[in-house]
Amino acid sequence: MKVLMFGWEFPPHISGGLGTACYGLTKALMKHGLDIIFVVPKAYGDEEKESIRLVNASDVLIDIRDEHFREMISKLSYLEIDSTLIPYADDEEYFRITEQLEKGVKAEQLSLKTQKYSFSGGYGKNLMEEVKRYALVGAEVARQQEFDIIHAHDWLTYMAGAEAKRISGKPLVVHMHATEFDRSGEHVNQLVYDIEKAGMEAADVVVAVSNLTRNIVIKRYGIPPEKVITVHNGVEPASPNKYLDTEKKVREKIVTFLGRITFQKGPEYFIEAAHKVLQRDPNVRFVMAGSGDLLPKMIRRVAKLGMATKFHFTGFLKGDDVDKMFGMSDVYVMPSVSEPFGISPLEAMRSNVPVIISKQSGVAEVLDYAIKIDFWDIDAMADAIYALLHFNALPEMFKKYGKTEVENIKWDQAGKKVKDIYQDLQK
Amino acid sequence: MKSICLFFEIHQPFRLRTYRFFDIGHKHDYFDDYANRFLMQQVAEKSYLPANALLLEMIRKHGKKFRISFSISGVALEQFELYAPEVLKSFQELAKTGCVEFLAETYGNTLASLKSPDEFKRQVKKHSEKMEELFGQKPKTFRNTEMVYSDDIGNLVYELGYRAMLTEGAKHVLGWKSPNFLYCSAVNPKLKLLLRNFQLSDDLSFRFSEQKWSEWPLTADKFLGWINNMNPNEEVVNLFLNYETFGEYQWAETGIFDFLKAFTRMVIEENKNSFKTPAEVAASLQPVSGLNTPYPISWADEERDLTAWLGNELQQEAFDKVYKLEQMLKGCNEASLMKEWERLQTSDHFFFMSTKWFSDGMVFRKINPYNSPYDAFINYMNVLSDFVIRVEQACQGRDSAAIKPEETQKAKKTAAKTRPEKSVKAVTKAAPKSKAQGK
Repeated sequence: MKVLMFGWEFPPHISGGLGTACYGLTKALMKHGLDIIFVVPKAYGDEEKESIRLVNASDVLIDIRDEHFREMISKLSYLEIDSTLIPYADDEEYFRITEQLEKGVKAEQLSLKTQKYSFSGGYGKNLMEEVKRYALVGAEVARQQEFDIIHAHDWLTYMAGAEAKRISGKPLVVHMHATEFDRSGEHVNQLVYDIEKAGMEAADVVVAVSNLTRNIVIKRYGIPPEKVITVHNGVEPASPNKYLDTEKKVREKIVTFLGRITFQKGPEYFIEAAHKVLQRDPNVRFVMAGSGDLLPKMIRRVAKLGMATKFHFTGFLKGDDVDKMFGMSDVYVMPSVSEPFGISPLEAMRSNVPVIISKQSGVAEVLDYAIKIDFWDIDAMADAIYALLHFNALPEMFKKYGKTEVENIKWDQAGKKVKDIYQDLQK
Repeated sequence: MKSICLFFEIHQPFRLRTYRFFDIGHKHDYFDDYANRFLMQQVAEKSYLPANALLLEMIRKHGKKFRISFSISGVALEQFELYAPEVLKSFQELAKTGCVEFLAETYGNTLASLKSPDEFKRQVKKHSEKMEELFGQKPKTFRNTEMVYSDDIGNLVYELGYRAMLTEGAKHVLGWKSPNFLYCSAVNPKLKLLLRNFQLSDDLSFRFSEQKWSEWPLTADKFLGWINNMNPNEEVVNLFLNYETFGEYQWAETGIFDFLKAFTRMVIEENKNSFKTPAEVAASLQPVSGLNTPYPISWADEERDLTAWLGNELQQEAFDKVYKLEQMLKGCNEASLMKEWERLQTSDHFFFMSTKWFSDGMVFRKINPYNSPYDAFINYMNVLSDFVIRVEQACQGRDSAAIKPEETQKAKKTAAKTRPEKSVKAVTKAAPKSKAQGK
């Protein structure tokens, strides 16, 4: 079976979870004997290719005299660019990408007869334009390639997937790694919402990365439940944390929040819980690692609560610094308001750090050795932090079993499930 | 002719309220009065009251031929008194008929037998006194919390004066042997053992209304037919059930009450088999063999072991910590603290911390107030942390008073300042002290 897969990014050129997830799933599917043509907006040439056929969308020729394309272009031309749309990227990455875009990429004129489109493959200001151009490419790729099934990852590629289906008549699977509600709360971008909804409506099966996401897809997008299937993400095996025995410079225990400091991640709940713990137990330090639009507000709140000597902000961490941070931490908290899956608690667990995660995260569905709380329940959150710091049996148990649990969340199972979905669609 | 031994367990724990760490040190109300009242009244209405009414009706109808037995934990009795006195009254009425045996057990439905022989004995005695006070009969047969039994526990029970005990007919202990005989302890043959026929007991408790079960629907006719078709040499059928089987595990709508009624009538009318209480079984039959039980067994899960209560690190930690208080508590003999300690020992608290259910997603047999075993552990440890502080304060305070009587002069001076509030406390504290001096 051959799968035409549309993604937006692929290792090593990734800005977050989406590319990693696509990579893990693709590898697992190939292990299960499937052929994959993976289309990305911009192939750099140094991607891991092994046996994946990576099609660079920038190399596909498009005849824009084709009626069909004309129709599509006219249909899509009203789309506006919204530069705040970023699926998984953290803010640093986002600013870096837009900076590059401003320097290098110019909007193409659609007046030439035949043209190769050049994609940035990022999440920049011309995102919407790229999405629609990518859809044209999707149709063209569908015309040129032989395949049995189409699989599109996240809304950026849904139009391409739908076009490919229209041209080829092959079944379409769309994969919801995150919904617009996860990214934007209640203030959804209507354009993105519409593309997501249309993509899911055009699809034969919608894959959701968690039951949480599945419920959103059914309730908020009105997609019939029978065609929405949950396939939990897997985890790529990673090299062990070199900094496990990092010597702490302070005597106190350390409780960590690590992630974007945005509404979606619930940083304010972490601060309120920290305040409750500190009132009772001064021998703790809290760390908020990351950056984001809520950072200034969070700093002000910590100052107002008068706990700035016990509550620290590190700014954005990456690479080794993340490992070092986990190496020093005694508790990791992920109080996300809405998290389709969420892999950072798994990274913490791999570093032997006990985790507290919100029930509003997909990863809560696959973990047993984690304390689960409602993101808004700061009493329960504080209580869980206190317990992990004071009742030793609990963190000991998590350390003993957590690592193995994470190692058992494999892409292989996800690949098997997706393959079953493909096979059902072939019948 | 076989003896049919009907035994019903009745127990309700004092469930804990949500108790946060910031309550430690200044809030000392641990129990969820609202939930405990609600759940007690609910189970009373659905199960205890209609089941008691039915049994009373059957006894009035069939007279002495119908025999049944109960074991009611002390903490359940306390909750009857607090929240459902009519249930207590209906048990007392049953007791008056002379057809009902009440068994001995630990007062708090605890696992003290595994940790502290002293505390175990204290609780069994306390329970026995309570039974005598409420039902006018001194228990003669013993059954341990969750049917937990081992050779060592058998010895403790014997030392307490009991000559018969109930436990599980666990396969790994019985081997090829049948549970349908009377056995005795291999290390102490004077202690007779009645073994639960888990097949037939669980047919009623768990499978009765299961429509996918090949034997559904289970009629009294069919059930009695199974008993009659057993090996004729077998002497006793021990049906040991949680009393909530009637009306709670199996709702009234499933026909469980009608089943009990019909089964009783058929056994008595057929006149082939006879109902006996555990004490009567132990008195009338000879043990066929000794049973070696070096490791504790229970009536729980497939494994019939202790892992539902003490299977993981959290349970063991909580269990160790609560029993660590024993010496200090017994040194200062503070009645109200002892009472709370008993309630904190109740086996349910440890059951709620079980992580056994992760893999098989098995349905909890009991109403579980917690979302996860971690919530159960955290809540319990918060409560225990506060309790430890109180025990230390109360008992150390007593020690210092005992050691340095000359300092009471000073204490009186400080007490005078806060007399209006503290005078009541001072009186209650003084009473046990003078008792201790009397000894």
